[in-house]
Amino acid sequence: MSLLKPTPQVCSWTQALDHSASLATYVANGGYQALRRVVTEQVSGDAIIAELKTSALRGRGGAGFPTGLKWSFMPRAFPGDKYIVCNSDEGEPGTFKDRDILRHNPHQLIEGMAIAGYVLGARVGYNYIHGEIFEIYDIFERALKEAREAGYLGDNLFGTDFCFQLHAHHGYGAYICGEETALLESIEGKKGQPRFKPPFPASFGLYGKPTTINNTETLASVPWIVQHGGQAFLELGKPNNGGPKLFSVSGHVNKPGNYEVPLGTPFAELLELAGGVRNGHKLKAVIPGGSSAPVLPAEVMMDCTMDFDCIAKAGSMLGSGAVIVMDETVCMVRALERLSYFYFEESCGQCTPCREGTGWMYRVIHRIEHGQGRPEDMELLNSVAGRIGGHTICALGDAAAMPVQSFLKHFGREFEYHIEQKRCMV
Amino acid sequence: MATLNIEIDGRALQVESGDTIMDAANQAGITIPHFCYHKKLSIAANCRMCLVQVEKAPKPLPACATPVTDGMKVYTRSEYAINAQKSVMEFLLINHPLDCPICDQGGECTLQDLAVGYGGSSSRYQEIKRVVRDKNLGPLIATDMTRCIHCSRCVRFGQEIAGVMELGMPGRGEHTEVMPFLESQVASELSGNVIDLCPVGALTSKPFRYTARSWELSRRPSISPHDSLGSNLEVHVKDNKVMRVLPRENEDVNECWLADRDRFSYEGLNTAERLTQPMVKYNGQWMETTWQAALEFVADKLKTIPAEQIGALSTPYRPAEELFLLQKLMRGMGSGNVDHRLRQSDFSLDDKAHGGFWLGMPVTYMSRLNRMLVVGANLRKDHPLMAHRIRESVRWYGELNLINAHEDEFLGKVHAKRIVAPSQLASTLAGVCRALAELKALPVPDIAAHGVADDTARKMADSLSGGETRAVFLGNMAQHHPSYSQIHALAQEVSRLAGASFGVLGEAANSVGAVAVGAIPGCGALGQPALKGLNAQQMLAQPLRAYLLLSVEAELDTHDPVAAIASINAAEFVVMMSPYKGKSLDYADVLLPIAPWTETSGTFVNTEGRVQSFSAVVKPLGETRPAWKVLRVLGNLLGLAGFEHNDSKEVLRDALGDTPLGSVQAFLDNEVSGVKVEPPSPGEGLERVAEVPIYQTDAVVRRSPSLQMTLDASLPVARMNSRLIAKLGLQENGRVSVRQTASALTLKVQRDDFLPDNCVRVPSGHPLTAGLGPMFGPITAEPV
Repeated sequence: MSLLKPTPQVCSWTQALDHSASLATYVANGGYQALRRVVTEQVSGDAIIAELKTSALRGRGGAGFPTGLKWSFMPRAFPGDKYIVCNSDEGEPGTFKDRDILRHNPHQLIEGMAIAGYVLGARVGYNYIHGEIFEIYDIFERALKEAREAGYLGDNLFGTDFCFQLHAHHGYGAYICGEETALLESIEGKKGQPRFKPPFPASFGLYGKPTTINNTETLASVPWIVQHGGQAFLELGKPNNGGPKLFSVSGHVNKPGNYEVPLGTPFAELLELAGGVRNGHKLKAVIPGGSSAPVLPAEVMMDCTMDFDCIAKAGSMLGSGAVIVMDETVCMVRALERLSYFYFEESCGQCTPCREGTGWMYRVIHRIEHGQGRPEDMELLNSVAGRIGGHTICALGDAAAMPVQSFLKHFGREFEYHIEQKRCMV
Repeated sequence: MATLNIEIDGRALQVESGDTIMDAANQAGITIPHFCYHKKLSIAANCRMCLVQVEKAPKPLPACATPVTDGMKVYTRSEYAINAQKSVMEFLLINHPLDCPICDQGGECTLQDLAVGYGGSSSRYQEIKRVVRDKNLGPLIATDMTRCIHCSRCVRFGQEIAGVMELGMPGRGEHTEVMPFLESQVASELSGNVIDLCPVGALTSKPFRYTARSWELSRRPSISPHDSLGSNLEVHVKDNKVMRVLPRENEDVNECWLADRDRFSYEGLNTAERLTQPMVKYNGQWMETTWQAALEFVADKLKTIPAEQIGALSTPYRPAEELFLLQKLMRGMGSGNVDHRLRQSDFSLDDKAHGGFWLGMPVTYMSRLNRMLVVGANLRKDHPLMAHRIRESVRWYGELNLINAHEDEFLGKVHAKRIVAPSQLASTLAGVCRALAELKALPVPDIAAHGVADDTARKMADSLSGGETRAVFLGNMAQHHPSYSQIHALAQEVSRLAGASFGVLGEAANSVGAVAVGAIPGCGALGQPALKGLNAQQMLAQPLRAYLLLSVEAELDTHDPVAAIASINAAEFVVMMSPYKGKSLDYADVLLPIAPWTETSGTFVNTEGRVQSFSAVVKPLGETRPAWKVLRVLGNLLGLAGFEHNDSKEVLRDALGDTPLGSVQAFLDNEVSGVKVEPPSPGEGLERVAEVPIYQTDAVVRRSPSLQMTLDASLPVARMNSRLIAKLGLQENGRVSVRQTASALTLKVQRDDFLPDNCVRVPSGHPLTAGLGPMFGPITAEPV
C-alpha cells in the first residue's frame, strides 16, 4: 500500500506498515509529493477546488457538507490573516476513526492541511485534538516536529514564498467543542460555547478572521485527491458520495474496529467485515452515524448501503460513520437512557431549550427505566424532543432530540411495556 | 446603507441593511418577546424567546440575531412562531421557582409578564426542580440564583460596559451558574446596573430588598446630585419616603445606566443624623427653636458684623437657585465673600478666565473620540459613566493618553501614560506641549519652554496629532492642584496645537451651575461684574468673624481641613444650613435644616452646560425647608431688595434669565489668557497624593450605609511604592505614622508600585484623614 498508486484505502493505508506514523514511512510511500508539486508548480487554488468538487468529497465529521463548496466560500483574496482549522475533537459516542488517522497517518493530515493553507491563503493552521486522547496528541506533536525539521512546515517551503505554520491544540473533553464555532471559542481560550451563525466562520472565524474548519478524515483525504485527481476519488465511491470512508463499527459485533470501505458498500458487507453479530444473536437495531443519528431497525438497515444519500433516505444520517450495532439482548429503554444522559451532561447550557430540555428528557427516561413510568410519558417525551429540535443555536439540541424521537418511533412498544409492566421486555 | 424592503406580520417596512429583525420590529412598534437581547449589549441569541417564523427558513430564527434581507417575510405571531415561543417559555419555567409572591422582581419581572402570554396554566414538568446556591456579591446586589434564567446579560454587562468581567458563567448544561470569580465581591462602580438588566429576580437590590412591592411605588423624575454628569433619575416613593432610585433613560446623558453612587445614595436621606428642627446654641447648649426665631436671630447677629467679615461657603452639590440666592444675599449685605470651590487651591485663573469652565463638548461626543489626553483625573471613581463613554471610545479604537499622579485600573486600553509626582504634573504637560509643537514644526509656546519632550511625551504628541476627533480633559485632581492655572493654560496650548477640543470634567453635580449663577468672588450670575471678595481658600486661611455654610462639612469638603476647622472654630458666629447635624454640632452656632435634593425643587447644570431642573419627590422631613426659601426669608429679614421670589422657577429666572440653557451655553468658555508658567522647583522630601474617595464626595453619600460597606469605602491606607517602603524602613501591611501640618496619623502601609517615587497616597475627604492637612504638598512618613 502507498500513496503512489490510487489505492482503495485513502486514510488507513499506513496501518499495515511498520512505524506507520513516521515521516520516513510516509515519504517513502509517496508522502508530501502532492504538497511539493502544488507549491513548487504553483498550482492554482481554483484548480484544486475544482478537483475537490469533482471528487464529491463530503465532510467526514458528520454533516457531509461538500468540501470543495466549503473551500470556495473562503475569501481567499482577503488580505489579512486567515486560518485553516482541523477538527479532531472526536467526541461523538461511537466514533473512533480520527484518532486512528492521527495515530497511524498523521503526516497525511499535515500534508492535507498544508495544501489547504496553500489553497485558502492561510499561513497558520490549528489541529484541535480531543482532550481525552493525550497519547494521540503526543504522536501528532512528534509528527509536527518531524515535518518542521524536514521542511514541510515553516517558512518558505520548498524554496518558495509559501509559509505555513501548524499547531496542535488539545481540548479538555467537552463534547460541545467538536461543534466548529465552540471549537474556535475554545482555541481562543474562552468557554466552549457555539456562536450564533451567521456570521459563518468563512467570514468571521478564529480571532474574527476568515477560517475554514474541516474534519481530520476530510483533510487527510486531500493529498490523495491532489495526487490522483478528483475523478479517481469519485470512482472509489458512488456519485455524490465520493471516495471511501472510515466506519467505526462498535457494539455487538465480533470484530469491532475501523473499516475503510467505499461509500455505497452495502451495510451487510460492512457487518460481515466486522465479523457479524456476536454470539450468533439476531441483529436488532443500528445507529448508523454516531449517537446523534436516529436509530434504524435491523430490517431497514439491512437494505441500506453505507453512503450519505441512502442512509438519509432511510430516515437517519451517515454522520461521522460511527456504526453502533445492537443485538436482540439490548433493552432500548436503557440504551436511550444512557444516550440521553450523555446529551444532558454535554449540553453547554447556553440555549434555553437544550439546557432545560435535555435534563427533563433524561429524568423522564430514567423514571421509565426504573419502573416509574407514566402513561403520558411517551407523548411528553416526543413533545419535549420536538420542542428542543430546531430551537437552539447549534445542532446539539437536535442531536439530543433525534435519538429520543427515533427510539420512540421504532421501539415504542418496548417503552409501553416498561411503563405498563415496570420491567424490561428483553 | 442600502434600504431593504421587508414585511413583518404583513406590514411592509423599509429598513437599513445590517439591521436585525428585532431592530426592524422595534422601529415598527412590533413587540417580540425576549430576555437575553438588550439594545446596549452584544447579541447572545441564547434565550431563544424571540424565535420568529421567516418565510423559506427551515426552522424558526431568533429575531435578535438574524439580519434582514431584501424581501424577507417575517411572522412574529403566526402559529408556528407562537409555538416556538411557547416551547421556550415552557423550558424557562420548568426549573424556575414559583416564588413570585416573595420575589422582589414581582410586578416588574419580564419572565412573569411574558409567562402570562406564553406560559401554560400548569406545568408538565413533574421532576425535581433545580436549586442553585446563592452568591455573595457584596452589599449592593442581592442574589437568588435559583431564579436565574441564564440570559447572560449581567455577564455581558461586565465585559462590555463596566469593563471588568466580575461575573462569569462557569459550568455546563443545567449546571451552568452565574457567579463571581473566586468568591470575590462585585466591586465595579457601575455594578448596580445588573439589577436593572436582570430580567428575573436573580439579581435584586440589597438595600431595597423586601421593603416594598413595585406596584406600591410612585415613580417621580429627578436628577442625580453627585457627579457632574447629572444622571437622570426615576425616584420610587412610598408613603413620602424614597424607597429606591432607578435610571431614567436619557441617551444624551446617562443612557440607560446609573453609577452605584447615584443609585444607592438615597439610603443616606433618612438617617438618624437628619436635622429636622432649627437649632440654636445657647450658653453652650443646643436648643430646638422655630424657624421664625432662628432666622431673626441669624439676621440680627449678621447685622452686627461688618459684611467683609462674613464668608459664605457652599458645596458644589447644591441646586443653582440656592447658590444664586446665597451670593445675592452676601452681595446685598455688601460682601463679595462667596465661593463653592472648597477643594480648589489655585484661584489665580479668576481674573484670567472669560467664562465658566465646562466639558467643551456634549457628553455624547465622549463615546466617539479618536484621540484623548486626560490630565489629573481619577476617571472611574470621579466620573463613572463618563469613564464608560471614554472606554467606549477606546473600544472603537480610540487612543487614550493619561497624565496623572497615581494609576488606578482604567479597565480599558491606555495608549500612553505618565505617572508623576503632583509637583511634576505641569512640567510633564509642558513636555507634551513641546513635543507637539516640534512634531508640527510650530514655535514652542513660551509657557512650555521648560518642558522636556521625552519618548512618552512624543508618543502622546504623535497620538494627539492623529485621528479625527480629539480632546484634552482636565480631571478633579488637576483642578484641586496648587498649580491649576498652569495646568489649565498648558492643556489649552496642547489642545490648540493638536486641534483638539478642550474640556474640564466638572468636579460636582453643580460645579458649572455654581459659577454660572455667580457663586464665586468678583463674578455675578452669567459673568456680570459683581463685588470682589475672598475666595474659599482665603476665607478659610484666616478666620473671619462669621461664616454662612451651605451644607459644608468643613472637615471633609475642603482642600485643607485643618486650616478650615481652625478658622471656623475661631469665628464668633457660624450658621450651618444642612440636612444633617454632623460635626457642625461642634462648631456651628445655628443649625438650619434644609432639604436634600429629593425634598426641594431646583436645578443642576451638568458639565456640558445642560440645565436640568427637577421637582421635589417627597415632602420635607420634619421642619426641613428648601434652602432657597430659607435664603429668601433671610434676605427679607435683612431688609435686602430683590428677594420676592414665589417659587424656585422665579429664582432660576432671576439668575439665568428666561432661556437658562442658551444663557449658560453662551457663558461657558474654557479660554484663559495671561498665565505665567514657572518651571517647578525640584521637590524635596515626600509629596502627598490625595483623592476624594468615591463614596465620600458629599454629605448624602457619606451617610449611605450600603455604599459605606463596599470595597471602595474601605478605610484609608497610606500607599507608596516598594522603593519608598524600603527607603523608609517600613513593612508592607505594617503601620506608618504620617504627618503634614497638624497631628500625626497612624495608617496601614499598602504597596502600590504604580505610584511615583517619593509620593505617599492618602485619601482626603475621609473622617480618618481629616486631621492631616492640605490635599497636596509635603508629608512626612516614618515607622511607628
